[in-house]
Amino acid sequence: MRILLIDDSKTMRNIQKSVLKQLGYTEIEEACDGQDALSKIGAFKPELCLVDWNMPNMDGLTFVKTFRENDKTTPLIMVTTEAEKARVIEAIKAGVNNYVVKPFTPDLLSERITETLAKCGVSS
Amino acid sequence: MDASYITPFMTSIQNVFSTMFQLPVDIGEPSIKSDNTATHDVSGIIGVSGEMVGTIVLSMPKDAALSIVTLFTGMEMEADTEDFVDAVGELVNMISGNAKAEFQRKGVSISCPSVVIGAGHRVSTPSGTACVKIPCNTDCGEVVLEIAIREAAAESNEPQTNAA
Repeated sequence: MRILLIDDSKTMRNIQKSVLKQLGYTEIEEACDGQDALSKIGAFKPELCLVDWNMPNMDGLTFVKTFRENDKTTPLIMVTTEAEKARVIEAIKAGVNNYVVKPFTPDLLSERITETLAKCGVSS
Repeated sequence: MDASYITPFMTSIQNVFSTMFQLPVDIGEPSIKSDNTATHDVSGIIGVSGEMVGTIVLSMPKDAALSIVTLFTGMEMEADTEDFVDAVGELVNMISGNAKAEFQRKGVSISCPSVVIGAGHRVSTPSGTACVKIPCNTDCGEVVLEIAIREAAAESNEPQTNAA
């Protein structure tokens, strides 16, 4: 499965990448903000995206809205420090399928990934 | 400064450190910071804007910061590398984001983090905003959270410190 990790922090991308590898996913592409992610989706064709909210150039919410204009089905998981209920609702309205608040344990992130893929009917 | 602005940061640093790398944090007695020089030589800085304004600083001695970053990333690194700066920035980002959620105000935003390294550096804060220093003891050494925030609309009567 092709997974796109979108986070301006390389540290967080590495932590998420290690969780994904433990789950057996190895086809992983990285992007450092929403703009970078949009420039990579055409060639990479992700089947799952993990996206941070606060990033320079283009934030995660803008990325989600832009991505959803052309793709209504690929699962998107927001992984962010934005923990307010209002933010979660805003992200879900924009089109994310699940939400993970930082800090997270590896177990929680894997659980949410597995849950999201099952809910979206994507075979992992 | 309203005490309810400070408590969320105490819980947040404990939550971030224990969840991400199982490091217990023992919170000391908060105090008002009266000078404008950074407490330690590594500062992770977040700006707060919107309904509340100010700065949040995670100040760490270099040795403690190196140990904490090693626990966080699982890698040993030098303090003058991009990876070290990124990790310190992400720590203060998570601490600030988590604490911000406790305020339950829709109109508060936090900036992307900045990191400054070097002895004796200064971090300015909005004038009229007191800075509260929260000592946090860990097995890696003592780190300090410096919180200088207030409501954007409020005209503060607190002493001017310009320090974070």
